[in-house]
Formats: sequence, C-alpha cells, structure tokens
Amino acid sequence: MNIRFISFTAGFVLLISCSKEIMDHFRGFQQPANFPAPVYRMSDNPITEDGFILGRKLFYEPRLSRNNTVSCGSCHIQSSAFTQHGHDVSHGIDDRLGSRNSQAIMNLAWSPNFFWDGGVFDLDLQPIVPITNHVEMDETVENVLAKLRLHPQYPALFKKAFGSEEITTARTMKALSQFMLMCVSSESKYDSVKNGTASFTDAEEKGYMIFREKCGSCHKEPLFTDHSFRNNGIPVGPNNDEGRYLVTLNETDRYKFKVPSLRNLEFTAPYMHDGRFLNLDAVLDHYNAGVQSTPNIDPALVNGIRLQPTERTQLLTFLKTLSDRKFLNNRLLAEQ
Amino acid sequence: MKTYQQILLLCISSSMLFATCKKEKIEQPLEEPVSGTVEFDNIIGGQNLLLNTVNYSNASGEQFNITLLQYYISNISLRKTDGSVYTVNQDSSYFLVRENDPSTRFARFKIPAGDYDQLSFVIGVDSLRSTMDISKRTGVLDPAGGHDDGMYWGWNSGYIFFKMEGISPSAPVDPSGQRKFRYHIGGFGGYSAPTINNIRKVTIDLKASGIMQARHGRTPNIHLMADILKVFNGANTLSIATNPTVMFSDYSTKVSANYSSLFYHDHTEN
Repeated sequence: MNIRFISFTAGFVLLISCSKEIMDHFRGFQQPANFPAPVYRMSDNPITEDGFILGRKLFYEPRLSRNNTVSCGSCHIQSSAFTQHGHDVSHGIDDRLGSRNSQAIMNLAWSPNFFWDGGVFDLDLQPIVPITNHVEMDETVENVLAKLRLHPQYPALFKKAFGSEEITTARTMKALSQFMLMCVSSESKYDSVKNGTASFTDAEEKGYMIFREKCGSCHKEPLFTDHSFRNNGIPVGPNNDEGRYLVTLNETDRYKFKVPSLRNLEFTAPYMHDGRFLNLDAVLDHYNAGVQSTPNIDPALVNGIRLQPTERTQLLTFLKTLSDRKFLNNRLLAEQ
Repeated sequence: MKTYQQILLLCISSSMLFATCKKEKIEQPLEEPVSGTVEFDNIIGGQNLLLNTVNYSNASGEQFNITLLQYYISNISLRKTDGSVYTVNQDSSYFLVRENDPSTRFARFKIPAGDYDQLSFVIGVDSLRSTMDISKRTGVLDPAGGHDDGMYWGWNSGYIFFKMEGISPSAPVDPSGQRKFRYHIGGFGGYSAPTINNIRKVTIDLKASGIMQARHGRTPNIHLMADILKVFNGANTLSIATNPTVMFSDYSTKVSANYSSLFYHDHTEN
C-alpha cells in the first residue's frame, strides 16, 4: 500500500516535471543558495506559471502606453540586463526624454524600494509610475485596464492566472510583479565561485580583494548593493536633480541616489542616475579624481578611490565576473 | 517522550477550547446594525459652492474660482451619549467626496442603534492603509485614477488627501497658458523614513446642533458644512500669488492645518 502510494506519487511528480521541462522550463521562483531571503512578501502573491506568463505578456505589452507604442520592455531590454543601453536618460513616448537612466529589472525580490530616489516602497505599486509618467508611457491605469478588457486574449489569461476574467489594478500589478520577481540574476562566474563550482583567475582574485577593500561597503555582496542612498560626489547635474530629497524633503538626503547593483554592469552602460558616464573607465576616473564636495557627500568618498593602473585593470577584471549571460539569454524572460 | 506529547496535546486542546470560548463571546447575538450617513456639504463662506462659474475672493483679496475639489474622508467613529465609542468597520470606512458628483457627498455606514453625540473622522488615508497590499486598495482607494482627477501619487507612493484647483488672475500663467492654482495635499508620514504628515483627524461635537438618533428603519444624516474658504483663510492665510502650486512640500502642512478646520455641524436629520 505504502510502496504503491509512493511510487504513484513519484511517477506523478516525474510526469509533471517532464511536461514542464518540455514546455518552457518554468520552475517557479528559485532562491539562490548564496542570497538572503527575499524582502518581497511572496505569500501575498504566490508566483504561478500562469501568473508569470500573464506578467510577461504585460511587460512586453505596448498597450500600457497612451498610443500603444511603448512597453516596459522598450526601456528595459533583456540583453542589457533590462536597462536601456546607449541612453543616458530613458527615451519614452513621442520621443520624450526622462530625467533619469532606466534601472535594471534584476533581483527586485530583494529590493526594499524602487527607483533612484526610492519613492516607491512596494514592487506592486512600481509599474503605476512609468505607466502614468508624462514622458514615459503617458497613460492612465484605468485606461490600460479598459484596453486589456477589450483584448481578445487577456480576459482568458487573467482567468488562468487568477481564477476569473476580472481585470483589476491589483491583478495587473501582481502579474507584472510575478514576471519581475522571476528576473533573478544569480548565475555569474562570481556566484559559481561562491558556490564552489569555479575559481577566480589570479587577476580576478586580486580584483576581488581590491573590490572588497574599496567598493564592497556600499556595493555589498551578494547583491552588490546595500540598497542605501548616497551622494557619491558626482557634480550636481544641469537639471539639479536632488534625488532622495524629493521623496523625504529631508535636507540630509539632498543629492543622494540609490546605490545600484554592480551585477551585469558590463552590459548596463551608461552609468549613474543620469547616465553621464558612458563607460566604466569614466566611472573609475570619477572616483579617482572627480569627486566633488557637494552637500551630503558620502564620508567614505570624500577623498575618492585611488587606484594604480594595474589595480584598475584587476578590479575591472573582477567586475566582469558579475556578468550573467544565462540571465541575459534566458528565453523564459524574453518576449514570446 | 510520551508525556511530552500528552502535555503538548493537552496544551493544544485547552488553547483551542479557550479560543472557541473567546470566539463565542465575540459572536454573542449583536443587535443588527442600522444605517447612518454623514453629509459633506461644500460651501464657500455664506454661499453654496459652485464649480467653474462663480468668482470668490479670499482674505488676501484675490479673486478665484474652483474647477476641481475632492478629498478623502476615512476612519469614521461615533461616540454614544454613554461615552462608548463605535468605530465603523475600517474596510468600509473610506470615502472620496467629489464636488462634481453630488452622490459622493454622503459617507454611508452601519452602526448599532443608539444616540450619538460626537463624530470623528480622518481627512486623508491613514498610514496603515497607505502602505497596505494593493489587493486591499479597492473602490475609492484603487490607485488607477486618471491624470487630472486621480488621487494617487505614483512616484512617491501615497494618496493625495485633498485636491483643489481653480483659476485666479493672481496665479501666474502656467505652461498650459492658464492662470491656475493647484493644491494637491498628501503625505502619510513616510514608509521607511519620516516625511511630512498631512493626515488630519477631526472631532465634531453634535450636542449643540442635534445628536444622531440611530434607529431601525431610518437613516439619520449628520449634515456637515465644509467651508472651503477656510482653506485660504484659516490659521494660516494663504495667498494664491505667493503659493499658486502646493503639492509635496513642507508648505503643504500649512494647507492641511487650514483644511482641518473646514467642517462644522449644521444639523442632523434623524
């Protein structure tokens, strides 16, 4: 009886995993071994295959914009780790330009807040911002829902994901969250080294030591950000973007921006909140000699970060071990 | 080992018993609640407020009209004449009063029958609801509102508690070519860092102008007047010329201080 039951169960499980593997490799949310527990409340939005598929379709859906031309994927391109490569500031509807560089959709399950200024504290509320922003999608959520309700496929997709054809703000946002939560980058060479399946070269190892000494306190492992807001001494931009101050109105937050993750930075140029540095050399030049003493400059950066030419090469060599080509090429995350 | 299991089982079963008892206590046959309403009647000084068409003037001597007026009322509670306080079920205690839709001026609720002599409510949306899961933000709290009449800030997650716009010759010409003033007041105190807090609690004594007698088969209505002129002429004197646009800024607390005293009790229809 027991044995029959176990073998029946095992067979059933095997059958399910086989069919899923063949279909699309959806394996649900996988917690990387070397990552902390997610901060997103997974229990409020359990990720299912149907929810994820709906979220993915919505992510690549231009109907989210006023004239059906711009999707989330327009400014968050997978091959650039879901950033908009080559654009200093994001390029939205009617060729309007934003004021900030589009951020990576990557490892958001571990992010306590969103945007360069941290103005949004819940991933489920995040998509409302680009949808309604005048220079991004310039649409209303109400109108998006109306368009989805009239679409030949969405009511059925919502039914599969949530049990009925009803299309609401909450369901739309939760589906988008399901897709974004699945955008996990945890298979870089760095991760393999941490998981004991690879080892650094000599130059990478030396670069890692430099990183830990000079960069790691803000770009904290394993996510390569401590999710704090800091002023890293870049000169105040021409539009006087005051960063975190705009959200808190706290003087000590003026000119502070979120510390971005360094994962996949090989693919996410340009850099900084306004994309002013076109390559990593320019970034390191800034830390070497360009730090300005603007209000609220981070104490750790007052004297910059000085590197000898060989140290710089070693650091850059290490930083490339954060590239995760599996993430960039994962078909599951691509527009279908 | 066995003893431990027995003790554990005993603990569980006794706590279950305890829980059941407690539950039964709560579920004692309550009197069926009755209906009640609070009416938010927007006026301006001694006149009925009319959108768009009529020009008013404030204490700074500025002419203006009002093109849009809407605000959240939430967390209604009422005090009985015996001193006990009844708080309306929170999920059913969010209202958006919109001047352009007369049906929205009533906050409808259920309360136990009795005589009530004091009313309390919040102007705005409490911080707890402002940070709740999106699935708990339905009805007037749905953040899907439009660009013009929406009551939600996406970029700095939170509700706009009080929104008033109008045209005034004292306002500078804006990019749309209009002389428009805009007061969009919100701020629930911040999620991870303290920020401005414009949640305002209002308590109104009903004894002078008529207590509410909640009875079966009737729907008593507490009729409040909201004198919108007090947004300009309150504890702080607001000038459209000096502050044509007030949104998420420290100055917004001056506006909320003013709107906290908009309301007075006119009468109760029992």
